[in-house]
Amino acid sequence: MSEETIRTRIWQEEAEPDNAFAAASCHCHGYDVYGDLLAHASWIEYLFLLFRGEAPSAQQARLLEGLAIALANPGPRDAAVHAAMCGGVGGSTSASCLMAALAVGAGASGGAREVRLVMEDWLVRGTDLALWQSSLAAKPIAGPADVWPAPGHPAGFDPHGVRCTGPVLQTLAHLVEVGCGADLGCGSSLAWLQANRSSLESAAGLPLAMSGVAATALRDLGCTPAQGEMLHLLLRLPGAAVHALEQKEYGHKNFPFFQVELENDPGPAQGIGNCVEGGA
Amino acid sequence: MNGPQLLEQYAGRLVTRAGACFLGERAVFRGLDLHAALKDMDWLELYLFGITGRRFTPQQMAVLQATWVYTSYPDARIWNNRVAALAGSARSTASLGIAAALAVSDARIYGGGSSLRAIEFLLEARLGMERGKPLAGLVAAALHGGYIYGFGRPLSAADERIEPMMALLREHNLDRGIHVELAFEVEKILVGRNPALRINYGALVAAVAADFGFSPLEYYLFRIPAFLAGMPPCYLEAADKPAGLLFPLPCRVMLYEGAVRRPWQGTTPKT
Repeated sequence: MSEETIRTRIWQEEAEPDNAFAAASCHCHGYDVYGDLLAHASWIEYLFLLFRGEAPSAQQARLLEGLAIALANPGPRDAAVHAAMCGGVGGSTSASCLMAALAVGAGASGGAREVRLVMEDWLVRGTDLALWQSSLAAKPIAGPADVWPAPGHPAGFDPHGVRCTGPVLQTLAHLVEVGCGADLGCGSSLAWLQANRSSLESAAGLPLAMSGVAATALRDLGCTPAQGEMLHLLLRLPGAAVHALEQKEYGHKNFPFFQVELENDPGPAQGIGNCVEGGA
Repeated sequence: MNGPQLLEQYAGRLVTRAGACFLGERAVFRGLDLHAALKDMDWLELYLFGITGRRFTPQQMAVLQATWVYTSYPDARIWNNRVAALAGSARSTASLGIAAALAVSDARIYGGGSSLRAIEFLLEARLGMERGKPLAGLVAAALHGGYIYGFGRPLSAADERIEPMMALLREHNLDRGIHVELAFEVEKILVGRNPALRINYGALVAAVAADFGFSPLEYYLFRIPAFLAGMPPCYLEAADKPAGLLFPLPCRVMLYEGAVRRPWQGTTPKT
């Protein structure tokens, strides 16, 4: 039986002469990773190369770097970071803290799924403002049975927002400044979003969210919706990691446990002496 | 043989006694036909057979099943459950939320980590006593930071699961196992040092598992789904509410204790 193989367009290895299970050289999309990129490429340039298959232009690298900084830490109030901290306070494994951040940060409300949905909207609507407005005004429709919960708000907008927040506006302005211009390798969707933000927000009845900015930046970087979803998951992990580590140090006694109001409490059971004492 | 020669021997094939499926034909589970020899097993029995290769008595199965039931708390405040609930609130998938919540359950102060240390301590204490060492000395030697895993509890000194589990053990005449009795002897010693160090559910279930012949690894694997039943209600309830309504955190709750505000003065130019 012939040996089964793994097909890839991304990664090429040559084995060490005396060990078929150790690589002597690794090339990523044709570039020598340890003989060239390690010395000459930045992390952001390498990240772009991994996803897009080509080295970024200076503008593309700046756009991705700006996006990476904007997304790196949504802060402890973010649900994904909150989940990671839940692992930290109990002394859970580091990987489980990041799994928690990924599981929650994957969602369609503020997470990577929402980013993907926005990018899919871009593919359909392009820069047709009237189409965006009519689509945003319509109630989100649940698709066929899916593992993902039905969308509850227009993707890319903050369901609980009052106005577009400072960080979202600052991120949009910065990314427009560093990344726009089709002749420089980036798309022009961010500039269009900035120019039409008010109209879009009026149609949605909600302010633009960071997910909308991130999705548009990822589109301008040439990512597919699937690539954008994956990058969004990756880029938000640093904050989850450090807040999980920090809460591990503070410990569970310094972490909110919240009050409970049980609406269907049957009261203490009879015949079991200490069952009224609660706790984890 | 080692190094690449050893790896080469295993390349491209699976050598296993765990099992295999022959699609369209049959499946083998630990050397038995799943759809013939094992077709009448209940799921928990099959799970345990997969871990230990052994069968358990009906009385033991009733107790092992109850060890999960008695700790299935659908309370979204509990840290592992909160992960599942937050996944629902953030409109993620149920399997992502629950898988991550199970992974988080491998915690140091509760769940997998503390349970594993508890059974290891009880097994070692029993061996030490068989070698003639006094229990008080074994307990003193096992104390780390003033406590032993399985005794004391993060949020409450009392453990409401102890009494119903002991009642069930008595019902099945399984309450006098050597490790269960040992666990309560350890509690007496520890409470003499610190009243908060009462036996918790982790130590009791670890003792039961030790009495049933579980190794620490077998016990760790057995208890992985222990909190599972409480998680789907947490996910569902959060998913049923509008997104983001589970434990929304206003900015004011963050008590900042870090460096004073300062400008960034990077020394390397951006790309």
